[in-house]
Order: sequence, then structure tokens, then C-alpha cells
Amino acid sequence: MTTRPLRFITCGSVDDGKSTLIGRMLHESKCVFEDQMESLAKDSRQFGTQSGKVDFALLVDGLQAEREQGITIDVAYRFFSTPKRKFIVADTPGHEQYTRNMATGASTADLAILLVDARKGILTQTRRHARIVAMMGIRKVVLAINKMDLVGYEEATFRRITSEFEEVAAGLGIPSVMAIPLSALEGDNVVAPSGRTPWYGGLGLLGLLEGVALEEPLGSAPFRMPVQWINRPNAEFRGACGRIAQGRIRPKDPVRILPSGVETRVKEVLAWGGPQGGAEIGDSITLTFEDEVDVSRGDLLTSPEDAPQVADQFEANLIWMSEHPLVAGRPYLLKLHAKEVTATVTSIKHAVEVNTGAHGAARSLGLNEIGVVNLSLNQPVPFEPYATNRTLGSFILVDKLTFETVGAGMIQFALRRAMNIHWQALEVDRAARARLMGQKATCVWFTGLSGSGKSTLANLLDKRLHTEGKHTYILDGDNVRHGLNRDLGFTEADRVENIRRVAEVAKLMSDAGLIVLVAFISPFRSERRMARDLFPEGDFIEVFVDTPLEECERRDVKGLYAKARRGELRNFTGIDSAYEPPEHPELHLRAGESSLDSCVEAILKHLS
Amino acid sequence: MLDRGLESESIEIIREAVAGAAKPVMLYSIGKDSSVMLHLARKAFYPAPPPFPLLHVDTTWKFKEMYAHRARMVAESGMTLLTHTNQEGLAAGVNPFTHGSSYYTDVMKTEALKQALDLHGFDVVFGGARRDEEKSRAKERIFSFRSKGHRWDPKKQRPELWNLYNTHIQPGETLRVFPLSNWTEADIWEYIRAEEIPIVPLYLAKARPVVRRGGAWIMVDDERYPLEPGESPEVRRVRFRTLGCYPLTGAVESGADTLDSVIAETLGARNSERQGRLIDSDQPGSMEKKKQEGYF
Repeated sequence: MTTRPLRFITCGSVDDGKSTLIGRMLHESKCVFEDQMESLAKDSRQFGTQSGKVDFALLVDGLQAEREQGITIDVAYRFFSTPKRKFIVADTPGHEQYTRNMATGASTADLAILLVDARKGILTQTRRHARIVAMMGIRKVVLAINKMDLVGYEEATFRRITSEFEEVAAGLGIPSVMAIPLSALEGDNVVAPSGRTPWYGGLGLLGLLEGVALEEPLGSAPFRMPVQWINRPNAEFRGACGRIAQGRIRPKDPVRILPSGVETRVKEVLAWGGPQGGAEIGDSITLTFEDEVDVSRGDLLTSPEDAPQVADQFEANLIWMSEHPLVAGRPYLLKLHAKEVTATVTSIKHAVEVNTGAHGAARSLGLNEIGVVNLSLNQPVPFEPYATNRTLGSFILVDKLTFETVGAGMIQFALRRAMNIHWQALEVDRAARARLMGQKATCVWFTGLSGSGKSTLANLLDKRLHTEGKHTYILDGDNVRHGLNRDLGFTEADRVENIRRVAEVAKLMSDAGLIVLVAFISPFRSERRMARDLFPEGDFIEVFVDTPLEECERRDVKGLYAKARRGELRNFTGIDSAYEPPEHPELHLRAGESSLDSCVEAILKHLS
Repeated sequence: MLDRGLESESIEIIREAVAGAAKPVMLYSIGKDSSVMLHLARKAFYPAPPPFPLLHVDTTWKFKEMYAHRARMVAESGMTLLTHTNQEGLAAGVNPFTHGSSYYTDVMKTEALKQALDLHGFDVVFGGARRDEEKSRAKERIFSFRSKGHRWDPKKQRPELWNLYNTHIQPGETLRVFPLSNWTEADIWEYIRAEEIPIVPLYLAKARPVVRRGGAWIMVDDERYPLEPGESPEVRRVRFRTLGCYPLTGAVESGADTLDSVIAETLGARNSERQGRLIDSDQPGSMEKKKQEGYF
């Protein structure tokens, strides 16, 4: 018998009696202590919804705000055990606005209990919960039809709801559904079968949970271990630490290191106390190798046969978890097992309407929205599809500026195999080309409000550099928008794409050895960061042309401010669209106060 | 039965936290949970010692046997121990008797902890808290984000899915990391027995001098304890389920003087372990409030 606890999630709304059920299970399994019962009785009188009777829901709603409002805001983890098994329950909120919390609870669960009010049957929210459960890869569902006391413990009601749900589950690909009639409030079928549902004939909920088999199909699958940490206390010892995500390992076993593809053999499987005979899925261990191989955090150790794919483009399910919507083209940090890379969503294939499963076109994803997206990574990573291995197919997206966790994703498949693509190793490189021109390839990036003087400065600088015999080129906002980017408008998503293209063009030009002068408003920090990341350290010079808005508006060379003020021009930076000033530009020019010549001199000085 | 999965999960958490940290530290409170956490940290980096120091926030009111145990474990692990006491609090004579447990905890524990973290500039702090201990802890992430000033905002927690932990923070922000989040009190005891982890002898029953305060037995560990006029401690067989500052930690009467009998008692207990901790119940929602202020 496994001693691993059964981890499950309970889904249902406030009124379905979810917290009451958990509280009841804790109580019935004798996991509520007397002092906790005493404070529960006290709290029930103060906050309870059972007119002074013991309100088991208060056992699990832990935050003050939750108790005052009688709702569950966040995921709570509860622990209880019976003589046969240990359990960890993730109690999650049922409201639509808490989809992300439900996904969080489901991500580590083996089983889900879906609560349904017997009087109401299968509701929209039941379908939503089932859809999230299925998407998160939970294969076992207990359909708990609660409040049977309020429908007279009627068998027909139970059968009708069960068969309706079985159809829903089949449509979602949930392979196992166990239905049970309950009254959490009265305690019917919570522990032992209830005399009031003689037609049911099954186990009580606790008995059912005790008996659920946990399959470990990955235990005998090919070996996989993400490398979390390189242990190198001294020159003599070097070990790769990680937790086995699939299969088993023994000394002398051959392993391949991905993405490099280098192969070696395991010398020792180390754990506390010394070398071990072997280790298996779920174990945290340290491996040493027979050869001196290059291995680092984020690599995946794998058996050489049936090695997983390595790719840099995926299709994935994505749940958005931030107030600030997903913007296609914007770079985010992506964490997949122990590997962290930069990723952009290249396209949103469709959004999934979480209540019905309907597909709809979408240009972005908002908080709690789910979509199927294509992702592009800045380097290839080894992975398994989520359906094969949750550990090796799940990822989170982190905002590069705020460091919020903004999205959670599940890889479906690779769009192309990066293994098959070999970057042409360029013999004549960037430095060689620039050397021939007698210069250092650089990108000077001017950012600032419209009318701040970016183009004027870039032109003056261009002339000065040209007379000095340097090879230069100017990329100007207006010029590029007439050609390369004429398909783009001024929404946030289009502005992101605008900058991405310009940055890539600037990169190619500087790879050709040129000094590229880019004059773009480029209002968002994250896009300027993306541009900077394309260039080698020191080759990207951010110049903040800091002219006060009033001055820009006074100049209004193109008459755009006037238009924007009249409401004829939407999303105009400084008026109804934000400008995020650079925090650490290489040069900060106060173009309103100092002469243009002195500004140009300052840039030239920085370049030399 | 012992669950090896818990051990492996905790080791994974510890390694992940260290990999993402600039300057990590492990809070070491000398209690049983700290003992298990320290043991797991040593396992995580074996054969090397853990690449971070231990930090003990010393209120000066711990049991004498705790200080002795601390010295032993530091020697055995080969790790560096940092201790910190809120000197202003000490100079002002803040103590658990005249100032009340709430104010005392705030000054000598919460404030002292924040001082120590700021002083050394630690960005990742391991703590031995478990989710089964208390209701607001049940809601806390394993990697718990703290804004500048070490504040916890329960409504603004980062989503935490699978075993993927977001370790990114801005300068001035910190992470509290709880490797024992998914352990229960029974798990801790079973693991201590299986791994033969040394613990402070106060966890085992013995005849000790105690007085009755607020429904709990308080051990008179030194002459600083204020007795009522004419009062003298009585000797009873007691043990402790948790260890903190001795004047604030209630003992239970027990005959359990071996690990086996302690475990048997724990599994059959009818009261929660934190019942003996007076600071949990000194105000409504008290643990949640203390946590928001920066308490562990």
C-alpha cells in the first residue's frame, strides 16, 4: 500500500455546502481537536449561518474577511487522516472570478469532488468546474450530490443528475466518475452508508476516498529528472540534484543530458548517508557521473532511449491569472520544471468560454480567462506533453517587470522540433563586420513623447557620425509605419508588435555592423526591455529624450496633440495612453533645457 | 506510516528556494519543526553543508534546555548560527509579564525578526510553519511573498501551481519559504522517530516545577518568573507539544517519556498542539494579524 496521501480538491459554490462537507469530514475523522471545537462553537454563534448551531464551514474559512462575508476567497489546504489513509484537501472558491484559485488547487490534486445541490442539478458552474478539472489533468471525479435531505432522499433525482453529469464528463474526457448521494449538514453518507438512502448501495464518501487507487504509470516509464541544483562544495565533488519526475535510476545507467544531448553514465545515486542502490519517481536525489560533463540547472536528465522532445515553439492551454491582460508579442518569463526562459505568445488561437467550452476569437486574455495559444521561446527546452507528465508539461508565466505570476499553462504539443533546426554558425560575425567598417555595432534607442525631439536628435547625430566616416542608419517611427508596419494600429497589442518588429530589424542591421539609430516613442518599459535583450550587453544605448508634455504639446509639430485633445485621435501617448519613463537609461537628456548640440555631444561622448 | 514523498517534496522546495535566492537564511527556533527542517536542509545539500546560515531570534526567554540543544545542533551541522535580540526591547525591559503577550511578541519576536532580516539583507527566509497548525496558515503559499516592510497581504498572494515556484522579487521585497507546509504534527513525530533526529528533551515527560496560569501549566525555568505571594511551584510530570518562550508555553500533564509514547499520545490527542501557545488566542484572528505584520 502506498503511504502517499490522497490529494483532492472540492469544487462547488458557496451554497453547495462545500466548506460544510470538509468541516464534517474533518470532524467525523476525529481530526478536529477539542479546543478547536470550542472556538468553533464560539465562532458559530458570532459568524455562523446555521442559526447558532455548529457551523462546520467556519472550520475551513480561515481569513477574517472570509468569515465576515461567509465566503471562501483563497485556496486553503486541510489535512486529515483515517486509519487507512492520509488526505490533503484543497478547498477552493466556487465563483467564476476565482477560476485561478480552483486551477491552483487542482494542479496538485489526484481527485476532484464536485458538489451539486440536489435541488438544482447540473448548473453552468458545475460544467465550468468539470471543464477546469479535466483541463488540469484530474482523471478521477466524485460527483457528490448534496442536500439530499431537501429532496426527500429521492433516488430518481440522484439518478437523473448522475446520468446528466456522466454525459458532461464523457464529453470532457474524464474517464472515471463516482456518484454519491450526500447530506453534508446531516452527515448522510459522509462516513458510513446512510439508512436514508438504502437504494444507493455504495460506500460512504470517506470509505470511497480510502479505497481510490492511485496509479503510478510513470513509475515504470523512461527516466526523467530536471536538474535543480549543481552541488559543488569543492573541486573533488560535483553532483546534479533534482527530484525524479518519471521512471527510476541506478548506478551505471546511461543518461542523456538535454538540451545538449551529451551522454554519460551514472556513477553514484546519492542521498543522505551515502550511495544508494537506486532511486525512483518522486525521490529527491543527487547524481554523479562517470565523465566530466557539462550539466546545469534547468537541464533534463533522461534515459537515452525514448528521450523526450526538445522544442522552442508550443501549443498550450493557458489560464490567465493577472488583472493586466495577456498581450501577444510581449515577452514574459516562462518557468518549466527547473528551466527559466523568455517566451512570447505569438498567437491566441482561440479563447475557451469556460462555462460552455465554446471557442471564440480573442486578441487578448483577461483575468480568469482560458485560451489555446502558440508560444515561442528564446531557446529550446526539453519537455513532455502535459497529458503524459504533469511535472514536465506544466509552466507558469511571470511578468518581467512586476514579477507577478500572470499565467499557468499546459503544453499540448511542440509546433516544430527545434532538434531539426540547426542555426547556421556564422563564421563572419557581428564584430568582424563592424571591424571592417572601423566601428562598433551599436543600437542607439531614442524614447520619449511625440514631439520631444527624438527624430531631430537622431538626424543630427546621424549627420555627425556620417561625417566621421561611420556607417549608420535611422529607423524612424513615421517611416517604418508607412511600410513594414502599415498593417498595425495604435492599440496596446499593436504597439507591442510595432516595437518588436523594429527591434528585430535594428538587431539585423547591427549584426550587419551598422550603428542603428532608432527613434520611436516606445512608451512601454517591457518592450524596451525586450529590445535591449536582443543585443549584447553594452551594445544597446537607451536615450531618454525627456521633454515635458506641456512643451511637446506647445510645439505640436504635426498637430497631433490638438487632434488628440479634440478626441479625434485615440490611444495617443501622454494624453489617453501611458508613457512609462525609463528607470535606468544610459542617457537622460533634458531636451527642453539644453541645446540640441549639447545633447548630440553627450551621445557622441557615450559612444566613444 | 512514514511518507517519503513529504521528505522529497520538502527537499525539492529547499533546493528551489536556494537556487533562486541571492542571500538565503533558515530561521531556527530550536523546536521540533525546526529540527526536522534543519535535517531536511542537510539532506538536500549532502554531502555539502547547506549553503546558508541559521538565524535564531532570541527573546532571551527561551527554556535553558533549548539553548543547550541549539549549541549541540550548530556543532553537529557545521553551519553558522546568527542570533538576534531586539536590543531596544531588551533595554526597555519588555517582558511577557508586564507588557502582555501580544505586545511582547510584537517587539521581541516580530520586530526583532524584521530587524535581523534588514540588518543582514536576507532575501529568502526559510520557516518551519505547517499549514495544519492554524487556520490562516492553511491559506499561505509555500513561497510566501512579502512586500517591503515584510508585510503579508493574504488577498494578494501569488498563485502557486504544481511544483513551480516563482522566486522573483524586487529589491527590498522578500520571500518566506515553508518547506514543511504539507506536514502534519503526526508526520513530524513519525519522521523524528524514523530518522532519529535529536530533539529538545522538554518534549518528553519528566517531573518539572510548574505553576497554573490561565488553565495551562507553566514551567518555572528560572528565577525571573514572578510567583504570586506565598506561591511555590509544584512538581508534576509534564511535557511540551510546542516550544516557545517558557513563560508563554503551556505544558500538558503526561507520562509519555519516550518518543513512542509521545507519538501514541499525539495520534490520540483531543486538543491541538497550539492550544499551549497563549499568543494564538490573545485577540480575534490573532495569528492572521501577526502574520500580516511579519510574524512567521
